[in-house]
Amino acid sequence: MNIGTRKILDRSFTAVGIGSIIVMAIALMIVVLPIITNGIGAVFFTGTVEHRKMLFSEFKRGDSEGLSSEVASSERYRSKVYDMLTGFETELETMAPEKKVEYKAKYAQVRAALQALLGPLPGDSAPMLTRFKYGQTRWEKSEEKLHDLLYESKWDNSNPDVMSKEYFVSRAIGFQGTSLVKLFPYVKDNLEKMLLPEFTVYWGFITDSSVDSHFFGGIWPEIQGTFFLAVGAMLFAFPLGVVAAVYFTEYARPGFLNSMLRSANSTLAGVPSIVFGMFGLAFFINTLKVSESKSVIAGALTLAIMILPTIIRAAEEAILAVPKTYREASLSLGSTKWNTIATVILPAALPGILTGGVISLGRAAGETAPIIFTAAVSVGSAIGLADVFSSPTPALSWNIYNLASEHEAASQIRHVQYGMVLALVSIVLMLNLSAIVLRARISKKLKG
Amino acid sequence: MDARESSGSASAQKATRDIYLPPERRKISGGDTTHISAKEFSIYYGEFEAVKRVSADILSKYVTAIIGPSGCGKSTFLRSINRMNDLIPSCHTTGALLFDGQDIYGKFTDEVLLRKKVGMVFQKPNPFPKSIFDNIAYGPRLHGVNDKKKLMEIVERSLKKAAIWDEVCDRLDKNALGLSGGQQQRICVARTLAVEPEVLLLDEPTSALDPKATAKIEDLIQELRGSYTIMIVTHNMQQASRVSDSTMFFYEGVLVEHASTAQLFTNPKDPMTEDYITGRFS
Repeated sequence: MNIGTRKILDRSFTAVGIGSIIVMAIALMIVVLPIITNGIGAVFFTGTVEHRKMLFSEFKRGDSEGLSSEVASSERYRSKVYDMLTGFETELETMAPEKKVEYKAKYAQVRAALQALLGPLPGDSAPMLTRFKYGQTRWEKSEEKLHDLLYESKWDNSNPDVMSKEYFVSRAIGFQGTSLVKLFPYVKDNLEKMLLPEFTVYWGFITDSSVDSHFFGGIWPEIQGTFFLAVGAMLFAFPLGVVAAVYFTEYARPGFLNSMLRSANSTLAGVPSIVFGMFGLAFFINTLKVSESKSVIAGALTLAIMILPTIIRAAEEAILAVPKTYREASLSLGSTKWNTIATVILPAALPGILTGGVISLGRAAGETAPIIFTAAVSVGSAIGLADVFSSPTPALSWNIYNLASEHEAASQIRHVQYGMVLALVSIVLMLNLSAIVLRARISKKLKG
Repeated sequence: MDARESSGSASAQKATRDIYLPPERRKISGGDTTHISAKEFSIYYGEFEAVKRVSADILSKYVTAIIGPSGCGKSTFLRSINRMNDLIPSCHTTGALLFDGQDIYGKFTDEVLLRKKVGMVFQKPNPFPKSIFDNIAYGPRLHGVNDKKKLMEIVERSLKKAAIWDEVCDRLDKNALGLSGGQQQRICVARTLAVEPEVLLLDEPTSALDPKATAKIEDLIQELRGSYTIMIVTHNMQQASRVSDSTMFFYEGVLVEHASTAQLFTNPKDPMTEDYITGRFS
């Protein structure tokens, strides 16, 4: 090959390499940026007086005097709304029966929209669920709810050949000629004074329990559950994996059985995680009965089985990478095989072993499928260390899935879901970062 | 050849001693007993016979050099003395290799105890990725010395014996891998000496070093002569003639000639030896 072709070939490989890295970086940005921007919204947002009310009565947090003066000032503006409602209700009684029926239905919709915005109205019975006890706690959500109050959503299906289209009709038009017509511009103009939006930093999102299946409150039980599961899995898998790797590399005689065991290990590393989940249910819970039903310990054991092959392989490779000369030097000084492994080989292989371990820890923290049947519940409080043998736990990975697909009001609490995703991504990133730092530190110590 | 026919008898013992006692070399007190003795000793890698029926006696406290072209089995022979060949699964031996009269490959020989008595320094300097102190103290700690003061004494003594104390005494806590190649090799010698072995096996200890560091290692061997039984494998014939009392010449696994260094280099009996030392083949 002549020199010109060679150079062109080298350059085109460089170009393709750089190109693929750029594509990857862009893809990563597209995925990560919304996670970060939306996830941060769970902690930093514009909160309303309803949020502060909620914090005070659910978590006993906040300054009661400041709150009551805020509530008083917002009630001043709200009372006019309430007056208009009672005014319209009396007006309703005087209407002709067919008109009364028509307006009653429309009025019920208005009332529901107002409840969503401001919380329970006077005359309502005390709500059963916490989510109905407060109005909108987040300002950007109240603007959506204001739109719901002002406009009625309708569907245009006049043309059967195209899909129905949503369009909005002002509710004020429907109440033309009644006393309620004044309500809509009033609420629109005075919403800020009724809800008192204010920039809020809610660190409690990380440290609080959730209230009424994540409508309010934080994600601490999920964070703690993830921590328990991942660390628990590590406690089982790491020692076991390192011992197995030492056996494979130092003690096992090459032969049929050994190569079978190794290929079995490699195969296990590629088994889909849902299979491990089913296995965990069948083996740990139904057969071994480590717990009566789902529990942290069953989940941790399942995760441990899942990450074990990865740990074994990482440790094996790290041990094989230790120079043969260390082994020779140690043995020539009259060291036993076991001593050589414990004092020379494992310390020298430690960076690689730890890297494998921490990456597995990250994987255990992020996996959903293995804990569906063995450990995870969608709603629950943080559990104590003593309960890990008997009780299940919420966990970030499972709750993200749950909020995205199974929660009854998923669209209303997207910020919680994004907050959980951000928390999980940060935990895994931090773990990987600490692996890099740890590795660099130990390698530096080894290299001198 | 005398060495090949040597047995335990008194006359053979005397003949062996003659190998080691060239007129110009001083006699070493206590250096007249056979320390290591090979009898029809062969080493196989699987089917391949790497060392063929070698018989030789090595006297204690003297320096014995092993020379020969690459692949002649000299390193294999050296490594069999402290059973480092055990690391190669296909390796097995026939005949006898005696250390202090005991068969090294005997059924009941404890290779860990043997290696404690027969230390080894390797071709490439191989200090552990630990501090200089921990490197030297590694052996003593293994053998049960845990007292900090005692360890310090051993470390100092070993480093002084290996003639490197002055260079590293102020940085014992630094990683040994930060030293130069020659210093690392002397650390390895010191590490071996710290176990207080009887025999020192040097497997081409200077092949990875520059001439200056090589000279230092050679001086060190001269200083250790008389205290330890030293066996050195070398490619460098000048080195063999400089540092050793007797020399063994291996060719294709066969011990061709074993004689006092002076005699082997000036008046070899075997024509093959002559061809090799005069550089006709290598």
